Amino acid sequence: MNRNLTNAVSAFALLLSAASPALAQDAKPIKLGVLEDQSGDFALATIGKVHAIELAAEEINAAGGIDGRPLELVEYDTQSDNTRFQEFMRRVLQRDKVDAVFAGFSSASREAYRPIVNQFDGLAFYNNQYEGGVCDGNMIVTGAVPEQQFSTLLPYMMEKYGKNVYTIAADYNFGQISAEWVRKIVEENGGKMVGEEFIPLGVSQFSQTIQNIQAAKPDFVVTLLVGTAQASYYEQAGAANVNLPMASSVNVGQGYEHKRFKAPSLKDMYVTVNYIEELDTPASKEFVKKFHAKFPNEPYINQEASNSYAAVYLYKQLVERAKSTDLAEIRKVIAQGDVCVDGPGGQMCIDPKSQHVSHTIHLAHVKADHSIEFPQKWDGIKPYWLGDAGCDLTKSDPSAQYSPSNPPPKS
Amino acid sequence: MVDSLNLVFSFLYQFGDAFAFLVLSACGLAVIFGMMGVINLAHGEFIMCGAYVSTRAAHAGLPMPLAVLAGAAAAGIAGMVVEWVVIRRLYERPLDTIVATWGISMIVTQGVLILLGPSMQGVGTPFGSFSVGGYSYSVYRIILMLSAVAVLAALWLMFTRTRFGLLSRATIQVPHVAEALGVNTNLVYSLTFGLGAALAGLAGGLYAPTMTLVPTMGASFMVEAFVTVVVGGADIFLGTAPAAVVLGVIKAALTSWKGQLAGQIGLLIAVIIVIRILPRGISGKILRERA
Repeated sequence: MNRNLTNAVSAFALLLSAASPALAQDAKPIKLGVLEDQSGDFALATIGKVHAIELAAEEINAAGGIDGRPLELVEYDTQSDNTRFQEFMRRVLQRDKVDAVFAGFSSASREAYRPIVNQFDGLAFYNNQYEGGVCDGNMIVTGAVPEQQFSTLLPYMMEKYGKNVYTIAADYNFGQISAEWVRKIVEENGGKMVGEEFIPLGVSQFSQTIQNIQAAKPDFVVTLLVGTAQASYYEQAGAANVNLPMASSVNVGQGYEHKRFKAPSLKDMYVTVNYIEELDTPASKEFVKKFHAKFPNEPYINQEASNSYAAVYLYKQLVERAKSTDLAEIRKVIAQGDVCVDGPGGQMCIDPKSQHVSHTIHLAHVKADHSIEFPQKWDGIKPYWLGDAGCDLTKSDPSAQYSPSNPPPKS
Repeated sequence: MVDSLNLVFSFLYQFGDAFAFLVLSACGLAVIFGMMGVINLAHGEFIMCGAYVSTRAAHAGLPMPLAVLAGAAAAGIAGMVVEWVVIRRLYERPLDTIVATWGISMIVTQGVLILLGPSMQGVGTPFGSFSVGGYSYSVYRIILMLSAVAVLAALWLMFTRTRFGLLSRATIQVPHVAEALGVNTNLVYSLTFGLGAALAGLAGGLYAPTMTLVPTMGASFMVEAFVTVVVGGADIFLGTAPAAVVLGVIKAALTSWKGQLAGQIGLLIAVIIVIRILPRGISGKILRERA
């Protein structure tokens, strides 16, 4: 059933691009593979990404396509399943012969498909905030990374609430490496980790975790919870009256927990995002308006939808300046260091050394009634860590993932 | 002295919490597996059905206890429909019921995602919190513990004191003789499956205020439910209840000592050990010794 559905969706996308009158009939379409979780545990946060890509493609096609060529989407539902990512990544690169792929929500799925992109020397965009450290010439990462999110968030929290920090994190590469970043930045700023717990994906009962947190008496809790099951933490912590401020790089901005849970369970949650739909800027309001015109029932436009939307325009600019979809030509354009677009949340520029993107980082504060205020923002925050640590994709391509405890080898 | 009392209370609370989750998530599965031999992989979706219906009912203004019962009733009816349409045709083929119920599970999860969207807003946990010695606890979790005990008591009364209980035990034990004596075994099977589904729906309704409401929410009950049924064996009173006690102690102790991961590992190791030395679970062991 699922295969028929995805076929139907890609046929629909074809129709969309074919229906665009402005295009020369003989121009060969540029094919964009879209591998996102449209079912399973992550679907809640990722269906909006697919819609954002469809929106950008429609706008681009209506305005004449990319360099006169229509943009055609080839969509598959990866079902929140890492093996599906591998299967469909092979399929889009080998059989569908797409020019670029937009793929992946969880870091586990990205690490599952990345070797296949390397093998076929393809180009994949990962439009998700994540734990950072991927130094790979075949990847462009448009999501925010820890040095952008934590180096802004944690000093703010420690100054406002105190220096004792407790981390609860999803137990896989994302949570483990993000927790390592939290540890590093808390220590650099003179704070103390009073506890750390890793939660297996799919766990939904948190009574004991809540008690462990209360026993450690932190000033605030860093929540790096992933997937819909783990989001039950907020309701249960609220019910047990834990009443501690929370800080996160993933929650609210992806899974819109403040919309799904009854107030005040997310009271005093602070998140650093590069976009969420409450953002009160002209660019954001315009984006929300366009989004709702095409998808009136969209429950929430999250950070990853904004990244995916902007990424299509980044790709358009890359191809038009390179005058080709060839990866080597595209990377020559990236190496010039001035590939920027104005995304819904602010300007985004590709850093040539790491092929990650700079962002305007907004601090979102969830109030007791679950409305959002933005007490602070930081403009032009660069994804500096990889470049500083020694990753330079303009010189060599190790195709590896690094972390503070496992930095690039010094050459 | 006060400190150690606080520690005892906190352990009892955590044990009770784990026990309630194990009992409530497993008893529907145990009824269907223990009485009918059907391994119901759509168990989680009956839980989801109960959670969704009770939340809708609560949003519509029904008081909480009635909303939970509405969720259980809806899941029970859904269970009887599933029994009538699919399971009934597969009683002679227990392995095929695994595949069939798995299929139902996938259809329902994806169907709900398409029809009702990726999530539903919760109702919030009622009753607030209380404090004992520096820790604060949710009152509602105590209600969950009492509900688990009440469910076990009600099931025991139903199976030992009512005519339905007698007929269903007779049907399950020797179906042909029961049929020869005039028992409508089809009806008994249908009601038993419906009862199992309703118990799953009850678990969903009870846990709905404390959880994230998404089409895949049933999956987070499945590991605990299966672990409890495997350790307990086929009999709900001699199996599920003692298994939930043993596993609740293991889970609460390991989770407080080394976190959630240790708790999960502890549960799975307990299953491996039990399968190795008591292949028919705790109740299989007790029943064999009695026979």
